[in-house]
Amino acid sequence: MAIANILLVDDEVPFVEAMTRRLTKRDVEIHAAYSGEEALEKLAHSDAIEVVILDIKMPGMDGIDTLREIKRRFPLVEVIMLTGHATVESGIEGMKLGAFDYLMKPCDITDLVEKVQAAARKKRDHEEKIIQARIKEITSRRT
Amino acid sequence: MPWYKSTRASYYKHLFRNMIVTIIGVSFVPVFLVSFTIYYAFFTAYQEKINDHLMALVENHKKQIDSFLSNRLADILFLSESDSYGQFRDQAVLDANLHSLRNSYGGIFVDLGVVDADGHQVSYAGPFKLSNVNYADALWFKKVMRDQVVVSDVFLGLRGFPHFIVAVRRFEGDLPWVLRATIDFIAFNNMVENIRIGETGFAFILNKEGELQTKPRYNFNPAQGCYGQFLDCSKPITSDIHIDERRDELDNDIIYVTALLKNRDWALVYTQKRSDAMAEMRWAQRISIFIFVFGGISIVAMAFILSWRMVNRIAESDQAKEMMNKQVIESGKLASLGELAAGVAHEINNPVAIMVEEAGWIDDILTEPEYKNNHNIEELQRALKQINTQGKRCKDITTKLLSFARGSGSAIRNMQINEIIEEVITLSSQRAKYANIEMHSTLQPDLPEIRASETEMHQVFLNLVNNAIQAMEKNGGSDRTIHFKSYVRDGKIIVEVTDNGPGIPEAVLGRIFDPFFTTKPVGQGTGLGLSICYGIIRKMNGDIQVKSTVGEGTQFTIIFPIQ
Repeated sequence: MAIANILLVDDEVPFVEAMTRRLTKRDVEIHAAYSGEEALEKLAHSDAIEVVILDIKMPGMDGIDTLREIKRRFPLVEVIMLTGHATVESGIEGMKLGAFDYLMKPCDITDLVEKVQAAARKKRDHEEKIIQARIKEITSRRT
Repeated sequence: MPWYKSTRASYYKHLFRNMIVTIIGVSFVPVFLVSFTIYYAFFTAYQEKINDHLMALVENHKKQIDSFLSNRLADILFLSESDSYGQFRDQAVLDANLHSLRNSYGGIFVDLGVVDADGHQVSYAGPFKLSNVNYADALWFKKVMRDQVVVSDVFLGLRGFPHFIVAVRRFEGDLPWVLRATIDFIAFNNMVENIRIGETGFAFILNKEGELQTKPRYNFNPAQGCYGQFLDCSKPITSDIHIDERRDELDNDIIYVTALLKNRDWALVYTQKRSDAMAEMRWAQRISIFIFVFGGISIVAMAFILSWRMVNRIAESDQAKEMMNKQVIESGKLASLGELAAGVAHEINNPVAIMVEEAGWIDDILTEPEYKNNHNIEELQRALKQINTQGKRCKDITTKLLSFARGSGSAIRNMQINEIIEEVITLSSQRAKYANIEMHSTLQPDLPEIRASETEMHQVFLNLVNNAIQAMEKNGGSDRTIHFKSYVRDGKIIVEVTDNGPGIPEAVLGRIFDPFFTTKPVGQGTGLGLSICYGIIRKMNGDIQVKSTVGEGTQFTIIFPIQ
């Protein structure tokens, strides 16, 4: 199994392509989206996506709006913000809205993979807990 | 710099001149008009007053002289009726009469005489030996025989003194006889000579032939003819008093007042120089001219001083405005530079990220086993690492550019500047220790709070401390210190950051706040640190100043306004 199943959202096509290659090589299952709208669509169609890497500055629906929407519709999906314009503030704002972490472009690939792993782990733990809770609920039904 | 030396001197000169001309014009024109109007009205009124006065004077005297003459005539007439011809022929009676006349009227009557129809003076009383003189050819005798009474013109006669005669004709039966008296010329003359006004005013009497009937005060030679030159006999005279003004050969205006006497036989003429008659007017004139000139000089001086001051003020405010404009342009430059920087940062970060990722991808590929034995592998990996490093450097620059451009990035709140300073000291103390630098502070407790962004304040002081540490660790040496001091002065909070490092050369000092200006080696400094500090402090309406002496140290002074 891949270390994580992620969706990379950025309007810069060459960046997405380079990252896709590099992350694939590091055993990360990767999907690409070039806008916020597309990202939401992809998420709706695929349950497998665990982590979204989201660029903040995008034309149309920007990163913060997309994050808000993701958190509303897919609360279990973890989001890592990628700030192209290097402002700590927007990263912080993203974290307040429920993002897992933030990174600045250009970022170190090892850092990124570590964060992705951590995010995926968190999501899996989360899901595990939910499953456990469900099992508990089901098993305790008899009583 | 005074305005007359400035580059716009000609403009100010023009302004100065216009102001003077306007002030003088506005002040003088009404003064001129008012003075002229008042002067003209006053002059006319005064002239009329003088004329009226002179006319009244002359008329008075004319009446006096007329009554004098008619009274003397009446005296003689009365005397002639008091006795008969026979009685008057008696020398003793005549003497007695002359005596009583002289007693009553002083020395006016000189002598008395009785003349028969043929002109023989049959009896005479008086100081001259004039008995048996024949007057048959004398003008006055012919006149008295015709007109019954006569007052003659002044003439020398037989006695050789100027005199005139008052005579009446009477009848003894059918034969006419004449009683005549001589009037003393001097007594009569005094009446006229007493009319004196000013220095040039005097009076005299002329007969129709233009001969003087009195002795004038000044040598005076009237033209012969009808009342001399003063009245034209051919013209009908409408009034007894006449005033006229002529110019004499010395260019003096001379007033002539003429009154007709003695049934228009004589004319009493009063003459005076106009300038003399208007002497008081001239005095007033002189005073007003003096006031006018003095006032004029004051106005001109005031105009000069006022305009000078005004232009000075204008020049000063122009200069202040220019300075302000410069500052506005300067800060505008910084602002637009900030916008540009933000744009550049945004646009550069993405391509740099792509480049770094692509380099990373190459690095990834190189880890494949097929490249393991390539002898260039190390060189390639070094190059890729370099690309990565330079990419990070780009990121650093854009990050700083953005924080310089960003404006109020983080929340502004009330804070104690001392707390920030203490935090910065804590943050930097480790680094300072390695560089063998001591940090201490003298902070005034209970400073008023300022409104600022915490991260920005950190940025400002960290930048200053970093610069100081970098400068001092490069040069080594012992007893290196960074000293913080805060206090309140003139309603402002002052923070001084002083080091005893190598100092900043004067040539560099003026540019240290310029963006991208750096003295650090390429790659070590972006040249934005102090620009960011400057931008932050100026945005808070504060100020940041630097003082530095090479070899002794540098002092940054930050001035915060108190809200």
